[in-house]
Amino acid sequence: MTTSPSHIRSIIFALAILIAMPAMPVLAQQLGPDGAPNPTASVVPEQKLLQQSPRIEGRIDIPSERARVLMQPAGRQWDHFHEITLHWVGAIVILGMIALLGAAYLIIGRLRISKGRCGHKVLRFSSFERFSHWLTAASFVVLGLTGLNITFGKIVLLPIFGPEAFSSMSEAAKYVHNYVSAAFVIGLVLIVALWIKDNLPRKADIDWIKQGGGFIKSKHAPSGRFNAGEKLVFWFALGAGAAVIISGCLLIFPFYVTDIAGMQIAQVVHAVIAVLFIAVIIAHIYIGTLGMEGAFEAMATGEVDLNWAKEHHDLWLEEQLAKERLAARSGQSSAVPAE
Amino acid sequence: MARVKFLCDADRCIECNACVTACKNEHEVPWGINRRRVVTINDGKPGERSVSMACMHCTDAPCAAVCPVSCFYTTADGVVLHSKDLCIGCGYCFYACPFGAPQYPKVGNFGSRGKMDKCTYCAGGPEADSTPAEYAKYGANRLAQGKLPICAEMCSTKSLLAGDGAIIAEIYKERVMKRGYGSGAWGWTTAYHEGIAV
Ligand code: HEM
Ligand code: SF4
Ligand code: SF4
Repeated sequence: MTTSPSHIRSIIFALAILIAMPAMPVLAQQLGPDGAPNPTASVVPEQKLLQQSPRIEGRIDIPSERARVLMQPAGRQWDHFHEITLHWVGAIVILGMIALLGAAYLIIGRLRISKGRCGHKVLRFSSFERFSHWLTAASFVVLGLTGLNITFGKIVLLPIFGPEAFSSMSEAAKYVHNYVSAAFVIGLVLIVALWIKDNLPRKADIDWIKQGGGFIKSKHAPSGRFNAGEKLVFWFALGAGAAVIISGCLLIFPFYVTDIAGMQIAQVVHAVIAVLFIAVIIAHIYIGTLGMEGAFEAMATGEVDLNWAKEHHDLWLEEQLAKERLAARSGQSSAVPAE
Repeated sequence: MARVKFLCDADRCIECNACVTACKNEHEVPWGINRRRVVTINDGKPGERSVSMACMHCTDAPCAAVCPVSCFYTTADGVVLHSKDLCIGCGYCFYACPFGAPQYPKVGNFGSRGKMDKCTYCAGGPEADSTPAEYAKYGANRLAQGKLPICAEMCSTKSLLAGDGAIIAEIYKERVMKRGYGSGAWGWTTAYHEGIAV
């Protein structure tokens, strides 16, 4: 794209308008024919101010930026987002994903290890890797459930529990959500530090996609430690996790760094990303448990069956076995002194 | 029953803050909570106007809609009230309120909020009318005694009007006709989906 001088000029003009905006509501003093101020003409009509800016702000003695805002009709739009848009988006995305996975289970079924288990085990995740994964996973489930209670609790749970019990539970859930967030931050940081290296894109990812990602039994999809699908989940979790953490911190510290519009945007970002995140993680849980034989044990005991590794992560297995052989040889050489 | 409303005639408000003080006193509102406030627009410039603002007791109140524990209710007079026993202090009603009405006592660490407090139109809360329990949580219940909100009653210029929406709209209309100008019924279109055509 080329940027012509006229483009630059219009950008500067737009910036100038933006900068001048706070000053715009000032209407010039109108004078009558006799030179006296004319109160009729210099009146400040509310509707005119609202046309000039989304909020009406003024001066107030209360030492609070919030109190200065006299009116913000956008509250009604935020209400619409929270009560209509978010409920539909959340329900469609989450229930839609569950329906999709149900269909996948019925049609494709559980992906078995094609050659069966051979009984020989390979270490896939160290105990620290598993700890990091489960810290993130457990805090995610807690955050997801306590968060969804804020979104859907009054529709789903309030009629069952009644107002008093539902309120006490929701208050507890609020505190749990706020404090467990710290565990999620730590878990995500650990996961990223441990696995970012193995999640960088490589050539095998393209072949993996071309070969149908392991879903087509007749074709072999080559993969390193993580396949292209897992990498997508990783990068999505990193991006969505960062978005949810930043927006969540803005919500936990209300009005510390932003104004009312910023708070509303933070909530919209937090809620929309959270429901998408939940849907993606539901799919991730499905593949790691019901969807594929031999996958769950990688995160449970840390070890996988050799045949599973051959089928799903052949390139990684080669590297791993090479490393083991090397370790065994150097171990032997040091254990058995030369004669 | 009448649909009660507030109306601030900004062309009369002199920013004396008597409404704010009267409200604080009547309900013994704690420090840091402002059920009513006066904002001055174009301060010191031509066309300066002050507006006294509190909860407008909206039609289809957005605060009530977004509350995750549904702790709001609207009385037969159109007054929007809530239960402090049920409120979890999430702060969502403040994001939805077009008028910055909900207030929160700060309790505990970070930004954690206490039970929401706001203007009750001097109509108390869910507790039995005019009981000490009701007073402690929500302040005086003047409506139950047949009186209007103290802020409007106290207003020295009668800028702030409270009462039957149809009647105060009529009073405002008459004023505008007589003096020949008016900056509008502040907040009415946003709060009640209708302004006052003059
Ligand atoms: C650092 C991490 C996080 C922080 C600081 C955080 C903070 C918050 C806060 C303050 C709220 C407002 C409601 C309340 O006070 O309880 C909230 C709502 C919510 N959070 Fe989080 N959160 C975090 C992570 C997550 C994650 C990982 C998820 C999803 C799995 C999530 C899902 C939700 C949902 C669904 C809502 C309700 C949105 C609504 O209906 O308005 N949060 N969060
Ligand atoms: S003014 Fe604010 S607090 Fe009062 S009813 Fe309207 S939205 Fe609710
Ligand atoms: S702060 Fe209280 S009244 Fe306001 S939305 Fe949250 S729970 Fe409801």
